Order: sequence, then C-alpha cells, then structure tokens
Amino acid sequence: MKSGLYYKTKKVTLNLIIHLLLLTVATTCILPLLWMISSSLKTQETIFKDMSIIPRVFHFENYYQAWIEGGFGRYFLNSIFYTVAVVIGIVFISSMAAYAFSRLRFPGRNVLFFIFMAAMMIPLQGSFVALYVLLNKLHLRNTALGYILCMINVGLSTSIFLLKTFFDKMPKELEDAARIDGCSKIGIWWHVALPLAKPVLAVVVILNALNVWNEFILALLIFDSRPLMPLQVALMTFQGEFVTRYPLLMAGLTIAALPIIILYLLMQKYIIKGVTQGAVVG
Amino acid sequence: MKIKSALENYIFVLPAVLIFSIFYIIPFFSVLQLGFYDWDGILPTKIFIGLSNFKEIFSDRIWWQSLWQSGYITLIALTFQNALAFLLAWACDREIRMKNFYRVIFFIPPVLSEVVVGLVWQWILNGNYGILNHWLTHFGFANLTRNWLSDPNTALTMVAIVHCWKGFGWGFLLFLAGLQTIPRELYEAAHVDGANAWQSFKSVTIPMMISVVVLVAILTILGTMQVFVLIYTMTGGGPGYHTEVPVLRILASMRGSSRFGYACAQGITFGVILCMISFVQLIVSRKAKN
Repeated sequence: MKSGLYYKTKKVTLNLIIHLLLLTVATTCILPLLWMISSSLKTQETIFKDMSIIPRVFHFENYYQAWIEGGFGRYFLNSIFYTVAVVIGIVFISSMAAYAFSRLRFPGRNVLFFIFMAAMMIPLQGSFVALYVLLNKLHLRNTALGYILCMINVGLSTSIFLLKTFFDKMPKELEDAARIDGCSKIGIWWHVALPLAKPVLAVVVILNALNVWNEFILALLIFDSRPLMPLQVALMTFQGEFVTRYPLLMAGLTIAALPIIILYLLMQKYIIKGVTQGAVVG
Repeated sequence: MKIKSALENYIFVLPAVLIFSIFYIIPFFSVLQLGFYDWDGILPTKIFIGLSNFKEIFSDRIWWQSLWQSGYITLIALTFQNALAFLLAWACDREIRMKNFYRVIFFIPPVLSEVVVGLVWQWILNGNYGILNHWLTHFGFANLTRNWLSDPNTALTMVAIVHCWKGFGWGFLLFLAGLQTIPRELYEAAHVDGANAWQSFKSVTIPMMISVVVLVAILTILGTMQVFVLIYTMTGGGPGYHTEVPVLRILASMRGSSRFGYACAQGITFGVILCMISFVQLIVSRKAKN
C-alpha cells in the first residue's frame, strides 16, 4: 500500500518545505526595504523608540522635507538628467558602432572589435585615479559633461556586444531592399536596422539606465560642487553631515530606490534577459 | 570609390572609438606609467622612482590585510551565497505556484544601488537603535546583541553577509536559466532506470550544470574581490582596518594621502592578481570540462 496516498503526501510535504524556504528568503529580501520605508515615516523622536514595522502615525512630511530641505529634489533631477543623457548617448554611439562591426567592411574592423571586447575582460583597477587626472587636465572634472562622457564609455563595450550579436543574426534582405531603393548607409542604419533592433535596444537602455542611476565611485570623484551631484553621492554626503536625521535619510534612500524598483517591476523581462546574456560575455 | 566607402564606414565607429580611446585607453596606459612615479596629483613635477612603489606595497601590511579580507568575503560569497542561489534555483525549477513571484523578488536586491543597500543595512545593524538588536532582545537573545559594524569580531562577516544578500539573486537567475535548459527526458530516463532523487541529481543535474557553475564562480570571484562601495557606505573600512579591501586602499592612497603614483602601483598589483586568478580559473574550468 505504498502507492497513491504515500506519494501524494510525500509530494505535498516536499512542496511545503520548498515554499517555506522560498518564502523565508523572499521575506528577507523585502523586510529591509519595508524597514527603510517604515523608518522614513517616523519622526526624529519616535524613530529610536518605535520599533514597529507599521508606524502609528505616517509622517509623510518627511518626504517633503527631504525633497526641499535635504535637497533630494535637486539631486533626483540631476540623476534623471545624467541617466537620460548617458543612455541616449550609448544608444546612438553603440548601435552605430555595432552596426558597422556587423555589416560594414573597413580595414582594422576585427582588431577594433577585439579591443572593445578585451576591455570587458581586463580587470583594470585604479583606473579612476588616472581618469581623475585626465578629467582635471581636460577641465572636465566637476562638470556634467565630464561625468556623462565617462559613463557613456563605461556602458559602451557591453552595449556594442549585445547589439552586434543581434545584428549578426538579423536577415540581410530588408537592408538590401533599402539599398536598391537608394538608401544611404546612415539611412539604412536609422530606418531599417534600428527599428528592427528594438527588443535589444530595450535591454541596452534598461541595463545602462540601472547602471548610471546606481553609479557611485566616478560621481564621487568627479563632483565637488553640491548642485551637480547625483542622488547616490548626495545620500552619502547627507549621511555624513546629518548623522542624527535618520527619517530624512531614509526618505532620501526611498526616493533613490523606488524608481529603480518600479522600473525593474515593469521591465523585468528585459532585465532578466540582459543579465543572462550579459553574463555569458563577461 | 572603395576608399571613400571605407572612410564612410569609419564614421560609424568614430564616436565610439574616440570616447573609448580618451576614457579607457589613455587612463589604462597612464595607470601603468604612473605606478613608477612619485606624484601628489597636483604639482607638475613627477619623480620617476622605478620599482619603489611596488617594493613598498610588498611590505605594506594593511594592503595585504585588505587583500586577505576581500578574499574572506569572496570565500563566503563563493560558498554560502552560491549554495543558497543554487538551492533556490533548484527549488524553483519545478511546477510550483508563485514561481514568477519568487523570481521577481529575489532579483530586487541586485537592482538596488550599493549605497542604498549599505545605508539601509547600516541602520538595521545599528548597535543602539538597530532593529536586529531590538528583535534579538525581544526574542530573548539579549546576550547576542552587539554593535555589529564596530565590533572587530563581527564587522567583516556582517559586511560579507550583506554582500551575499545583495548578490545571490544573480547566481539564482543564472542557475535557474541553466537548470531550465536540461531536457526533462533525462530526468525521466533516470527515473525509469530506478534512480532516486539524489542519484538523478548527481548523474544528470551536476554534469549538465558544471559549465554554469564555473561561470557563476568566476563572476562571483572577480565581482567580490572588487567589492568596495558597500563597505565604503557601511563601515568605511573600519573599525580600525578590519573591513578594508583593496579598492578602498587605492582610494585612500589617492584621496587621503594624495599619493597618486602609489595608488596606481596598488591598482597594477591588484589587476595582476585578478588576472592570475582568472587565468587559474580558466585552466581549472578547461580541466573540469574534459
């Protein structure tokens, strides 16, 4: 009588254990974030005493204060600006290069592509020291342009790789048809290749947007002046100065984390695709 | 005509090559060069000192301590984090409810910035007002409470655990993707042959997953050795030098003591060490495949 019921019970038990494990880990993923949001809604007095996850009173004015007094509104807009500028730059520059590496012929093509790919493999440490020196020389340090150009460079190799892989698999017929119709190379890239590459472009956009939004070290080294700082650096500075103003710091952290979480939840399909593809490269 | 067409093609790669040359190639070679100089980063005069920087690194005890400490974090990530990731991926690789929910949740920590993760966890682990100590007291483990991040005995391990918390979602995703490529027929065949769960895991899952495991291991090692933003935000390298890691040391040489040459020499040393690690791994993974 070891059939039917026995196996069913065994399966149910196994499933129960598995769900228990998965739920525990999922809770550990979420709890710190809930605690962050919860702390951001308490006051300077209650935050050290009220240890409940759901505070008795919701002090939403913390967000107003963080946004205005803490200056997080400004930093938030800075971060948005850098993210958008860098992503636009990367999309244009890397898709042009990837298209050329995939479709066009010119001397040195393979060598150039190899150098771009090698850059992804070589763990260059301390390059930020030299980058700092270089930007000083070019008078690009403490400027938005300097930061944007550096960040475009950071995203180039991976983006070129992802796009080239796509262009390599793309059927040539459409481009041939466009060429016969008298379309220029730039025209073909813009009117034929880019529209077809939309799914990969989405991956490129999202991966780079996450990367720029979360970037810390270059922003720390490049920006001295407060009004230019992106959120991540500003949070660190804020933490150093107002050690005791935890509710505002937590509100600032929530302001930094929420857009990324929302973007992720909306675009998780592309992110997961990009991660699994990107990993195979590195 | 041919030349004109080639020139036209160069226009496509020109912006990428230009930016890449200025912001990658030039810094790359200038790091290699600056490592042999004594320079404060400001004065126009750089003094060539040959291998002195590297000699100093050899006897720089804090440097080697920092390297050992990032090795310790890497070891924890390699074992604990990846084992957890594999276990969760294995648990999700079946017909269960809420599979997608778990997958979405597990990848939330990896998309957050290290600054956010570091500062939130610093608040959770706070010795006086942290929720962790509060709960420990609440559930009767008051003797376990401590100042997690300023106690030299726990600081490094706590940092490593938070690093794992942030990172396990990566491994999970890659392991799951790998597990899903294993054809179901193989499991069925093993089942028909009378293999139990453990035997089919050993003879089907592990051989099919070995290349993914190696990939995740390489990514974990290279990624974790270079960890520093998380530590910068959580402890700043303290207490004392107990959570220092190499990249933090490079940053400290540059910003703290204005020794740009020494910072570059540290960068070169660390880069060479990482290259050697990847080389060893490459050989090991080749052997594992054969």
